[in-house]
Amino acid sequence: MTAATIQHQATGLIRRKRFTAFALPAVILAYLAYTFISFDVLGLAERASLKNAATLVTDLYSYKTHVSRDNRSGEIEIAIEGERKGRYPAGTGPDWVALGDAETVIDLGGGHVVRFGAQVTYDIPGYGRVVTEPGRSGVNAQLPEGAVPEWINASRNRLSITTDAGRLTVTRNRAEVFRYFTGWELFFFTLDSPYHGESFGTLVGRAMSGEAGAIATEFWTNKMWRHGDVAWAIFETMLMAFLGTFGAALIALPLGFAAARNFAPLGGLRFVVRRVFDFLRGVDGLIWTIVLSRAFGPGPMTGALAILLTDTGTFGKIFSEALENVDDKQIEGVASTGARPIQRYRFGVLPQITPVLLSQVLYFLESNTRSATIIGAITGGGIGLLLTQAIITQKDWEEVAYYIVLITFMVMLMDWVSGWLRRRLIKGDESGI
Amino acid sequence: MAEASDNSIRVDGIQLAYMAQVRARRIMNLILIVLFAALMFSGFATADARNAGGFWDGLGNVLDFPADVFGEAMERAHLLPGYLLKYLPSLLETVNIAGAATLLGAVMGLLLSLLATRGLAPFPWLITPVRRLLDILRAVPEIVIALVLIFLLGGGPVPAMIAIALHTTGALGKLLSEVNENASLKPVEGLESVGANWSQRMALGVLPQVAPNHLSYVLLRFEINIRASAILGFVGAGGIGYDLRNTMSWGQGKFDEAAAIFVLLFLTIVVVDQCSSALRNRLTHGTSPSKVTS
Repeated sequence: MTAATIQHQATGLIRRKRFTAFALPAVILAYLAYTFISFDVLGLAERASLKNAATLVTDLYSYKTHVSRDNRSGEIEIAIEGERKGRYPAGTGPDWVALGDAETVIDLGGGHVVRFGAQVTYDIPGYGRVVTEPGRSGVNAQLPEGAVPEWINASRNRLSITTDAGRLTVTRNRAEVFRYFTGWELFFFTLDSPYHGESFGTLVGRAMSGEAGAIATEFWTNKMWRHGDVAWAIFETMLMAFLGTFGAALIALPLGFAAARNFAPLGGLRFVVRRVFDFLRGVDGLIWTIVLSRAFGPGPMTGALAILLTDTGTFGKIFSEALENVDDKQIEGVASTGARPIQRYRFGVLPQITPVLLSQVLYFLESNTRSATIIGAITGGGIGLLLTQAIITQKDWEEVAYYIVLITFMVMLMDWVSGWLRRRLIKGDESGI
Repeated sequence: MAEASDNSIRVDGIQLAYMAQVRARRIMNLILIVLFAALMFSGFATADARNAGGFWDGLGNVLDFPADVFGEAMERAHLLPGYLLKYLPSLLETVNIAGAATLLGAVMGLLLSLLATRGLAPFPWLITPVRRLLDILRAVPEIVIALVLIFLLGGGPVPAMIAIALHTTGALGKLLSEVNENASLKPVEGLESVGANWSQRMALGVLPQVAPNHLSYVLLRFEINIRASAILGFVGAGGIGYDLRNTMSWGQGKFDEAAAIFVLLFLTIVVVDQCSSALRNRLTHGTSPSKVTS
């Protein structure tokens, strides 16, 4: 071979490599461009809702207390987030609301004061006093002199004022004030609990004096946040993952022997078992979930079975491949000591494959915790159900955030547990099982 | 004579100690197995009690729904090819969601994996924060991000794509950084000595070493993402999952279309699995023809 041909080859090679180096990114970019057009990413700007984003973000770190009056009966209702669960008992309220027979004064802080009397008035610092007199003829709003600022929206039958301190809405029948506070409302105790508003020190003191059980019960049965139900939901989700993963492993192990070339002499059986595995995997968790939820209804059992079915296929494939790779020498060694078939499997085969199988099963335990959350969201069970419920209301974003944090911790916990078990079970004991 | 009996006593002692050890281990294993069995049984009992329908009651009905779907599909078998064609665009959308999300996730995951690998990271102080970020991205299920994004961006494929891409970033970031750790640093040092900057060192020194393994992980992820994309469609993010939910929830008379979707989904998953596993085998074990030249 002459130097010229080698050089020719080399330049050709470099040219080819340079071509792929540019062609590959170009193909990827072209594909991404195609998907972005087919997904209508540009139209997203119209579909995206900034209002929703603002609601979500404010709701994440703050909550509002509604003070509302029925203009006909004069009845006042004070409720956190406007929910029945957060309603103050009649005749009581937070200290910034002064309830009176003739007039209720609501102090929004920073000089903003709303009065519910015969007239509804709002004193806005730096602007003046807005007076309304809701009745049959409308809300009859009287604004201070000058142009109407954009944060005031006044019409004949409706007035709404949005300021930094809060928000006032007056209609013919109703006057309502929102005041915003930072934090998650009533996280520990609801208003009807005797422990609401107590400081941490007082609580510890009362817990010491024999009320620990009662305090825990009040917290556990908090109607707003339902800590007890949430804990159960998390437990259900982990249960689905546990039962599904290990149930699948138990079923897949004997089937794996039937699908391994060196253990199953019958080619026909092997073929059938392998196609069963392919079918279980190919049908996918989504379809199994739908089919099973029709038969068993929503709940953790349905989720566990859906995971079990899908993973039986996956484990069966992994196990049979691991079994095909076992070393025959160990089995022969055990057989040479006069071991019966069962003993050959127990001492010749199992110790070889357990580390592989266990580590695979434990890897799946973590990923199945996530699957269980997803299946729960589809069928209705566990933390996935609570999450979808909270998202559907479109206003309990603090609960959504709480659940997301809990889910993240749950998955990380399972990850840690499976890693710990992997290290303990596989490295700690050479005998295998 | 005395010596021999001495020896046999010693051997007896060793044997006794060994048998005691074996017995202790067997007891320990037995306890573990009993504990595991108890957990499984009580777990199934709890799950059964908290389920809307019981396991034994429902067991007889398991085949009812598939039988309904199958029956209806058989009744109107002549319409099936039409349905398969009708849902092909949705299927394409599902596959595209998975494809675009895998690509975006792979690019971000690759970048973050380089930032999270000791010895390769340009800013060592960033390693721990990046790893924690990857942990969090990996831990959050796609559906969580997708549901929140559907509220913000409206339904459609984009929320699903972003959700899957973020999860893929976390999952691939970790796996790829494990691969990067095994890369030889010699080419990197060589490139550094001739004045290559960080991106050049990574692109020319590290990537050629790790590319086959990286590609094989990305392909595996693509398989997983197709399933995820179908599931996210079911909760409102476009694609074939969305059609599946519509045909199912409209109840009577639509099961033949659901059957068509089942068939499409099943075939797609099987085909993609087979292709990708063949490709992965070639990437990690087999000698690909390009190996000689590259």
